[in-house]
Amino acid sequence: MNIYSLSPLVLLIPVIMFLFIGLLGMRFKPVVSGILGSLGLGIVFILSLLIAYQYFFIDGLTDGIYQPIIAANYQWLQFTDTLIISMGVLLDPISVMMLIVISTVSLMVHIYSIGYMHGEKGFERFFAFLSLFSFSMLGLVLATNIFQMYIFWELVGVSSFLLIGFYYQKPSAVAASKKAFIVTRFADLGFLAGILILSYINGTFDFLTLTSPEGIEITKHSGLTFLGFSAATWAMMLIFMGGAGKSAMFPLHIWLPDAMEGPTPVSALIHAATMVVAGVYLVARMFPVYYFTNPNTLNAIAYIGGFTSLFAAVIACTQYDIKRILAFSTLSQIGYMILALGVSGYGGEHGLGYMSSMFHLFTHAMFKALLFLGAGAIIHAVHSNVMNEMGGLRKYLPVTHLTFLIACITIAGVPGFSAFFSKDEILTAAFHHDKILFYVELFVAGLTAFYMFRLYFVVFWGEDRHYHHKPHEAPLTMSIPLIFLAIASVLAGYIHFGNFVSSDRMPFHSEIQWNIASQSIIVGVIGIVIAFLLYRKVNNVPDHLVKALGGFHKTVFHKFYIDEIYLFVTKKIIFNYISRPVAWFDRHIVDGTMNGIAWITEYTSYRIKGFQSGQLQQYALVFVSGAVFLALIFLYYFFG
Amino acid sequence: MNTLVPLSFFLIVSTIMFFVGIWGFIIRRNLITILMSVELILNAVNLNFVVFNRILFPGHFQGMFFSLFIVAIAAAEASVAIAIIINIYRRFSTIEVDNVSEMKN
Repeated sequence: MNIYSLSPLVLLIPVIMFLFIGLLGMRFKPVVSGILGSLGLGIVFILSLLIAYQYFFIDGLTDGIYQPIIAANYQWLQFTDTLIISMGVLLDPISVMMLIVISTVSLMVHIYSIGYMHGEKGFERFFAFLSLFSFSMLGLVLATNIFQMYIFWELVGVSSFLLIGFYYQKPSAVAASKKAFIVTRFADLGFLAGILILSYINGTFDFLTLTSPEGIEITKHSGLTFLGFSAATWAMMLIFMGGAGKSAMFPLHIWLPDAMEGPTPVSALIHAATMVVAGVYLVARMFPVYYFTNPNTLNAIAYIGGFTSLFAAVIACTQYDIKRILAFSTLSQIGYMILALGVSGYGGEHGLGYMSSMFHLFTHAMFKALLFLGAGAIIHAVHSNVMNEMGGLRKYLPVTHLTFLIACITIAGVPGFSAFFSKDEILTAAFHHDKILFYVELFVAGLTAFYMFRLYFVVFWGEDRHYHHKPHEAPLTMSIPLIFLAIASVLAGYIHFGNFVSSDRMPFHSEIQWNIASQSIIVGVIGIVIAFLLYRKVNNVPDHLVKALGGFHKTVFHKFYIDEIYLFVTKKIIFNYISRPVAWFDRHIVDGTMNGIAWITEYTSYRIKGFQSGQLQQYALVFVSGAVFLALIFLYYFFG
Repeated sequence: MNTLVPLSFFLIVSTIMFFVGIWGFIIRRNLITILMSVELILNAVNLNFVVFNRILFPGHFQGMFFSLFIVAIAAAEASVAIAIIINIYRRFSTIEVDNVSEMKN
């Protein structure tokens, strides 16, 4: 039997689990929900592996390229002959790759959560939402058309909202969930507008048609312009705005650090490995359109990615909350991926950026999920998020320590570990496209190594702190995912990604560019050494540095006051000068008209209600008077 | 039958009866009197039926029979109405319509 025909199950199993756990989870012991959710994801994981195996190794290349396969398609809404919204499953190299990423990380997070969330109120609710998220994310990557993607895109946003606000008694969690939802929704407005423009030009939502040469020609020559840009450029920029919102690119990044209010496994799954790379996936999915309609769009995207990666890495060096450091690190790494897409060319060797972006997405998902899960294990042990309240944990948490160290080495780009390979490809792609971006990214690589090892040394080395109780190693359900992901983080780099994923679906061979790799190794080692010198033992050098940097450090620590600027713009300017007049107009003009109509009706009926006396004789009088009156009129007309 | 009495005489009588009935129905407050007024209206109509039948279609009997039906129905109606009036009297100890206003408000 063809494994592709089972692919809709990948979507159906999580949604069934969501409904089952969500509706009936309360009737069983909490752990049943956890096991059920994990089992469901386990099946999805196995199916994903089988599909990937079938796609890459059994079917493999046809005419030298990996042919996209529509494994299932159900027509849902038909507007015109071509403009159809359907629900389906599209298998091509990037969607199959994402399938692996999502099902792996989601399965690990499910298993981990059984241990991490043990005894929490709302255990089954948590697992129901995790299943909902897995369903939406898988639907997003398997979408056959951009509208299906948009629907799942919003579903992902909802599940992210629900999970960030999981501790709904905590005001900060509620605020964070609202912030995440509003910021991403605002970005999705652009996405929707972009979809509408694109589908208006092309008359279709279908990815394969949109990205085919003919579809690109239609998009390119639509002839519509607005404010000096062609409709195609507008559409693609607006679509990227949606992607930037989800992937937390500057200046829409403000929601991601706050999203760390959610439970740590959620941060690992949603805000590190899968959902936040949806924007990268979106750009990759539409890549031919970006590339052939207007190269300047891609340039802008590259600079946004590059700036975000630098910006976030600088902030990460100053933070104390371990989850926030990881969040800024995520921002920085996603910046890398976006940048790689932006500097990429199309086809074969020129598509190195595209391939490296997907490669980095893959490796990043593994090691960042591992970092977050490790951070979760630390928080689980010491009941604190703040780095300064930790120290010397390597004795208490050997497994966590080892896996966390592997993750730190990986993200720092030490040769032999996965991120080294993917980051090297990105740097190579950037080097051939734009030297400025290359040096920015090289510097960011050093910063990354520095802030990750700063975190590592402070938490695991240094002095013992006063803990509420002796920190204990995480239970087996938590350490198994850590070990699995640690192995994946190391080995993922040895996949020859160019053989599977490329901009034109045609495999190509890429090799490590040692002249570039050596620079990144040197920069990374410098970062690690500085972190080692500053944070290996507790000393007062970092404090002196903070004092010396003074205002600059304060600005960076407050994330360049971007949140404050947002608040100023929304509360002081938009609320006062736009929202209030609109509210006045609504209350006094729109509501006033409606109230006036209601008042007139009421007044009139009050006045005439006396006629409804219930006195039959009065009715009879009126009736007879009327009859006589009519009779007189008739007489006048016919005989008068 | 003597045909010397002209048609208009009958019609004048029936018109007077009819409007007396209407008048009584509207202004009287006593239920029995209202019932009597209704009977007056019915009988004014009966008179018209009979007279028109006699003068316009001599030899036909439809108008006559119609009058008979109305008389029978009026009797039935009167019995029902009087039954209601008796009930009202038992309930309210009055048959003045103004006082029977429990359903109002």
